[in-house]
Amino acid sequence: MTISPSSIEQVIPGQGAMAQPSAAPGRAKRRRFRFVANAKAATGLVILGIYCLFAVIGPWVAPYDPNARSADVLQGPSARHWFGTTHLGQDIFSQILVGARSVMLVGLLAGVLATILSILIGVTAGYIGGVPDEGLSALSNVFLVIPALPLIIIVTSIVEQASDTLVALIIGFTSWAWGARVLRAQTLSLRRRDYVEAARATGERTWRIILFEILPNLTAIIASGFVGTVIFAVMSEITLAFIGISSISSWNWGTILFWAQGQQALAQGAWWWFVPAGLAIALLGTALALINFGIDEFVSPRLRSAGKTRIRTADGRTVRMRVGFTPVLAPASRPVPAPREEVAP
Amino acid sequence: MRFLLQRTAFYLFTAWAAITLNFFIPRLVPGDPVQSLISRNQGRISADAIDSLRVLFGLDSDASIWEQYLDYWGQLLHGDLGLSFTFFPTPVSTVIGDSLPWTVGLVGITTVISFLLGTALGVGAGWRRGSWVDGLLPATTFLSSIPYFWLGLVAIAVFTGPGSFFPSSGGYEAGLVPAFDGYFIPSAIKHSVLPAATILVSSMSGWILSMRNMMVTVSSEDYITVAHAKGLSERRVALSYAARNALLPNVSGFALSLGFIVGGTLLVEIVFSYPGLGYQLFQAVGYKDYPLMQGIFLIITISVLVANLLADVAYLLLDPRTRKS
Repeated sequence: MTISPSSIEQVIPGQGAMAQPSAAPGRAKRRRFRFVANAKAATGLVILGIYCLFAVIGPWVAPYDPNARSADVLQGPSARHWFGTTHLGQDIFSQILVGARSVMLVGLLAGVLATILSILIGVTAGYIGGVPDEGLSALSNVFLVIPALPLIIIVTSIVEQASDTLVALIIGFTSWAWGARVLRAQTLSLRRRDYVEAARATGERTWRIILFEILPNLTAIIASGFVGTVIFAVMSEITLAFIGISSISSWNWGTILFWAQGQQALAQGAWWWFVPAGLAIALLGTALALINFGIDEFVSPRLRSAGKTRIRTADGRTVRMRVGFTPVLAPASRPVPAPREEVAP
Repeated sequence: MRFLLQRTAFYLFTAWAAITLNFFIPRLVPGDPVQSLISRNQGRISADAIDSLRVLFGLDSDASIWEQYLDYWGQLLHGDLGLSFTFFPTPVSTVIGDSLPWTVGLVGITTVISFLLGTALGVGAGWRRGSWVDGLLPATTFLSSIPYFWLGLVAIAVFTGPGSFFPSSGGYEAGLVPAFDGYFIPSAIKHSVLPAATILVSSMSGWILSMRNMMVTVSSEDYITVAHAKGLSERRVALSYAARNALLPNVSGFALSLGFIVGGTLLVEIVFSYPGLGYQLFQAVGYKDYPLMQGIFLIITISVLVANLLADVAYLLLDPRTRKS
C-alpha cells in the first residue's frame, strides 16, 4: 500500500524532536506548567531568555561600535564605559552585547545539528538492532572516546578564518555521540515495551512507531542532550576564539578574552577586560545546567533535593529522613525506627 | 577476560579510526600548505625538507591515495611523525616527547585526584541528601560552568604578581635544567600548584553531582534497606553497600568523558604557559604547524584510549558480574 500524500502532510508538521502525541490542549498546558514550576528550571529559562533577547537586540542597543577606537584608552568601568575600555579605547560593554549574538547562534545551531544527528543515529541503532546497531554504536563510541576539543581545534585551524556557521557545523558534527549513546540505550528499553509491541501488532509502520510511539517518550532525554550540547558548543566556540583560531573580525566573548590575553591585560591590572566576558559565559553555562537539572528532576523525582529532611516527631525528637525510609509520624512514644536519631538541641 | 578482549578490540578500532582521520585531515587543507610555509620562511627550508613535507601532505605525487595511506602507516610505525614547522627542523616526535611528561604529570594526576575527591564528596552529598551539602550544589554548578582557561586567568591575576609565592607562567624556574634533583623538583611542584588547583576546582563538581545522583538512586534500593535492617553500621552501609554500587556508572562515565576533560585541561596549560602538549598545540596552531598538531592529536587520543583501558580494568575489579561472564 502506498501512503497517500495527505497522510504524509499530516505527519510532517509533528515531525522532529518535540513531536508530541496529539493530546488535549488542557493536558499539555498543565504539563508544561509543571516543568516551569521547578525553581531551577524556571531560573535557567529566564536567564536563557534574557541571553536570547540580547542575542537579537544586542547590536542595536550597544552604546558604541565595538570596533570604534576612542581616546579613553584602558580605563576602568565608569558611567561612560560600563565595563571599561580596551587598549584601543574600544568599549567592552558594547563588545559583550554584540558578541552575544555569535555565541548564542553557534551554541543553538550546533546544539540543533548534534541533536538531530544523535536522534537519527541513536534511535535507529536502538530500534533496528543487529548489525546496523553494532556499526552505529561503534561509530558513536569512537566519536565519544576521541578527544573532541583537539579535533575541533585542528579541523577549524585548517580552514582559514572560519565563520560562525562553519564553527557551529564543525562542533555539531563532532559532539553528537553522547546523545546518540543515551538515546540508543533508552530506545532499546522502550522497544520491547507492551505498547510498542501492540502498535507493531496492529500493523503500524516502523517510521510511525518511531515517530509517534517512541520519540515522545524520549523527549526529556533529547532535551537534556540538547542543553548539554549547547553548553559544550558555547565553550568550544569561546575556546576557539580565545586561542585565535576562528575569525577574529567578528566579536564574541572568546575574542574579547583573546585580545585581553594578547595585550597582557592581567599584567596591566585591567581586570575589567576579562572579568565580564568570563562571568557572562559562566552565567550562561549555569543557566543551561539549571535547565538540565530541572529536566532531570522532572523525569526522576527522587533527585529533587528534598527541602526538609529533619522532621520533629510527636515526642519532641528530631528525625532525619532519608531515601528508602518513610517515617511514621504516629503520635507514639517511640516513633520511627529511623536509622539514626538525633536528640533535638 | 572476554570483556577485556572486547574492549581492547574496540580501542584498537578507535585508534585505527583516529589515525585514518589524521591521515585525511591534512589532505583537506585547501591550497598548498607547503608553498605557504616556504613563502613564510623564505630560504630557511632545504629542498630535502620540502620534499618530505610534500609527501606528508600528499602533494607530491601520482601515488594513489591507497599507496599514500600505506606509506603513512609505514612512517607512523617507524615513529616518524614528520618535522615540526615551529621548531624546524626538530622532529615532531622529539617535541612531543619533551612535553608529554609535563602533561601527564599535570593533567593526568589532577584528573585522577579530581575524580577521587569528587566521588568521595558525592558519596557524602548523596547519602546525606537534604543536608547543607545540597546547598553547595548550585555553587559547584557555577564553578563548572566557568571555562577552565578563564579561571586560570583569574587565578593568575589574584595569586601571582611581584613578591608572590606562585609563579605566573612556565613549568619551572628559568635557568634550571630538568633533572631529578633538589632544585628542579620543588620548582616544578611550585609551578604546578596553581594550574592544578584551577583544574581541580572546575572539574570536580561534575563528579560530585553524578555521584550524588547515583547515591540517591541506589540508596532507595531494597538491599540498602536490608543492610540497615541487619543493623550494620551506617558507615558500612554507605560505603560497602551503596557507594560501591553507585560507583559503577561513575567509573564508566569517567572513562567516556576523559576525552572531554583532557581537551579542557589542555587549555589551562595555554593560560599558564605550562610546557605541556596543550601549550605546544597552541603554538602549533599559531604557526600553522600541521605536522605538530596532528602528532599531538594522535598522542592525546592514544593516551585517552590507554586511560580508558585502565578505567575498564578498574570496572572489572569493581563489578564481579563482568568477571563471571
